[in-house]
Amino acid sequence: MAKKKGASLIVADPRKIELAEEADVFMQLRPGTNTALLNGMINVIIEEGLADEQFIRERTEGYEEMASVVKKYTPDYVEGITGVAAADIRKAARLYARAENAGIYYTMGITQHTDGTNAVSAIANLAMVTGNLGKPSSGVNPLRGQNNVQGACDMGALPGVFTGYQGVDNEAARAKFEEAWGVKLNPVPGLTTTEMFDSILEGKIKVLYVMGENPLLSDANINHVEEALEKLDFLVVQDIFLTETAAKADVVLPAAAFAEKSGTFTNTERRVQMVRQAIDPPGAAKADWVIITDLANKLGLGWQYAGPADIFQEIAQLTPSYAGISYERLEQEGGLQWPCPSADHAGTPYLHKDTFSRGKGLFKPIEYQPPAEEPDQEYPLVLTTGRNRYHYHTGSMTRQSKPLSTYRPEELAQVNKTDAERLGIKDGDLIRVSSRRGQVEVKAAVTEAVPPGVMFMTFHFHESPVNVLTNNKLDPISKTPELKVCAVKLEKIA
Amino acid sequence: MVSLTINGKKVEVEPETTILQAANKLGYFIPTFCSAPGLSLVGTCGMCVVQVDKTGTLLASCNTPVAEGMVVYTDSEQIHAARREVLNNLRAGHPLDCLTCEKSGACLLQDYCYLYGVFQMDYSGYKRKYELDDANPFFIRDMNKCVKCGLCVRTCHEINGAAAVSLVNPGANVEPPVFNESSCVFCGMCVDICPVGALTPKQRLGKGRTWELKRIKTICPYCGVGCGLELQVKDNKVVNVEGDVTSPVNRGQTCVKGHFGFDFLESPARLTSPLIRKNGELVEATWDEALSLIAARLKQAKGEELAGLASARATNEDNYLFQKLIRSLGSNHVDHCARL
Ligand code: SF4
Ligand code: SF4
Repeated sequence: MAKKKGASLIVADPRKIELAEEADVFMQLRPGTNTALLNGMINVIIEEGLADEQFIRERTEGYEEMASVVKKYTPDYVEGITGVAAADIRKAARLYARAENAGIYYTMGITQHTDGTNAVSAIANLAMVTGNLGKPSSGVNPLRGQNNVQGACDMGALPGVFTGYQGVDNEAARAKFEEAWGVKLNPVPGLTTTEMFDSILEGKIKVLYVMGENPLLSDANINHVEEALEKLDFLVVQDIFLTETAAKADVVLPAAAFAEKSGTFTNTERRVQMVRQAIDPPGAAKADWVIITDLANKLGLGWQYAGPADIFQEIAQLTPSYAGISYERLEQEGGLQWPCPSADHAGTPYLHKDTFSRGKGLFKPIEYQPPAEEPDQEYPLVLTTGRNRYHYHTGSMTRQSKPLSTYRPEELAQVNKTDAERLGIKDGDLIRVSSRRGQVEVKAAVTEAVPPGVMFMTFHFHESPVNVLTNNKLDPISKTPELKVCAVKLEKIA
Repeated sequence: MVSLTINGKKVEVEPETTILQAANKLGYFIPTFCSAPGLSLVGTCGMCVVQVDKTGTLLASCNTPVAEGMVVYTDSEQIHAARREVLNNLRAGHPLDCLTCEKSGACLLQDYCYLYGVFQMDYSGYKRKYELDDANPFFIRDMNKCVKCGLCVRTCHEINGAAAVSLVNPGANVEPPVFNESSCVFCGMCVDICPVGALTPKQRLGKGRTWELKRIKTICPYCGVGCGLELQVKDNKVVNVEGDVTSPVNRGQTCVKGHFGFDFLESPARLTSPLIRKNGELVEATWDEALSLIAARLKQAKGEELAGLASARATNEDNYLFQKLIRSLGSNHVDHCARL
């Protein structure tokens, strides 16, 4: 473990997670106050002369504007917003700034907020102010929750871009894909997942094809999604199980799971790795790529792929960052990290070595902005959501695994001890959690892992669908819903 | 560089190298229970002894560094006798379960007893000393088979950090480790590293002997770390999973989901046929019926009336073709659940 080899560890989390016990500094901040905490750390770094002035001068711009906003975020002011002791903010800032190399690792706790994009910018500010970018073991490292989120983005499973983030509104890129695919392409970027459901309700989108996703359990405000799915003229779902979403479909297509097909996944460090078929799919199930190819050919598109290797070759031809990657190299060399522009390129273990993609790193002044919904008299507690170790996402795989579901068969909503005492809730009691959008019934786990006023649930269990409660207010830029903060009330049922 | 002689051959190695590493470099095999790459060295099992210099002193090679001009022998009657004695002591307490033990064929105790001719075992007075522990749903612990190498302990402390296993009485009278269920996170790394059959995944019981298993390297289906896994397959079934020690991402490490959460593959709830909704019910259909129906409906939807949700769990190739299809039909409404 890195910690044992002498590394220092700073943990910031609303919950006292296991890692917190190893931490040199643990900052248990109120949910939804990330930007304030980050600004507070930057404030200390600047005030105490710990900033990397050379890096700021040579590699960045916009420092002054950022610094003037951060001025008011003194540790004491930030303590008032976040609940983290001013002394801990100072200690964390010093530890981070004085380290030779310091990396920041984060996941949805940063992004699933209405100011998620701002929080990511604030993290970048913190890294740039100390020059912790473009060298090994440093930087800003978002950890991906699903095994091929990176790859899905790289492959253009995003409304505005083809593979490798080439814009659909970019004339040259579009011309290249039109030529390669032999079709005319739409120049207007499409809608994001969350916007799609609104558009369905407006009657604009009529047909939805879902491959391997279960939005009926994973999206904020499920009731809204359910309404949208019912409004569709035609819904196709391709999956390995009859998920909640698939059960609503007009046609369900049986897909092969990871062990039943070959291809590549791209991990969170941009490493493209081989996935190898070990067994046959059950019954008539087929690999996704086979199903899509068959369907394209029914539509007269005339696709010819003998196997995943053919598809990958086409990807590499059309995608500069993947151009140097091939199945032969992946078999011989193991994974390769993009950008890998040519066959003799060794791949890129870390980005931004000498320059940022936009040239100079841009500081963005970020003001703290409270969550869209804060606790009040009627809904006095904050609900924050996430996962537990034994399950994954909407549970469609892990809940079908005997050992995992035997060990953790049901949701245990974490409620703080003092809140529980006040409400007469004991460990294992059945409780009702309600928000402005709905209610769920669930077993309570009384704990001190969450602070008073905060409760925690996962989204693994369809019996207690937490996203009935969550707020679907979006971050204006990333369109990510605020799954990490909403106001709820608790009652004991039995 | 330090130069030394092993079995009469000269070799040059870096100063910090151990005798065991230097011997391996020359291709000489030295048995060991208690050392493994990436873990601290304790030199306690006694299997890796070699003779150094003319004095013939027996030394543990796994944690003795090389010295300039050292003369080392890795095989001699004296060395073999010492190794046989270690094995004799171990097998005296070891149940003769090889007929059904899941480790059979990949067990170091078996391999070394075979190699050094430890046979004619007398089991007449044998009694199991420790109770079988199968309280958790992931793996069984049978400490009667333990060789007290401590690899599980060091894996749990040094790699996982959970510190859920510890040896009892470390030292000359060491006892098998005890296991603290409440701090264990069931990563299963102790199971993978155990050189004998003391720790056995429950899912593989009775599903195939080690030599029957086909081993296929792939990537974990769960989170974005992208750990390398080795799937062990018999009769078109994945019966066991271990971390891929050759993966640069996880070097054999795993979490509970990657290690034990693969049996969803054979869940009876898997979809095995296309389904079409008829009179409100989803009923089985052929591929041709299902795809023809979808093609007809996709053709009716004009451009942006169509939207697609791709998958952060499908492969790059799957996702590439998916967005190619939706875009080829005139719509850029393609996304996946990255934001959620
Ligand atoms: S399963 Fe993992 S956490 Fe549990 S004892 Fe083994 S190594 Fe330690
Ligand atoms: S259980 Fe296995 S790994 Fe642990 S000490 Fe015993 S033999 Fe070694």
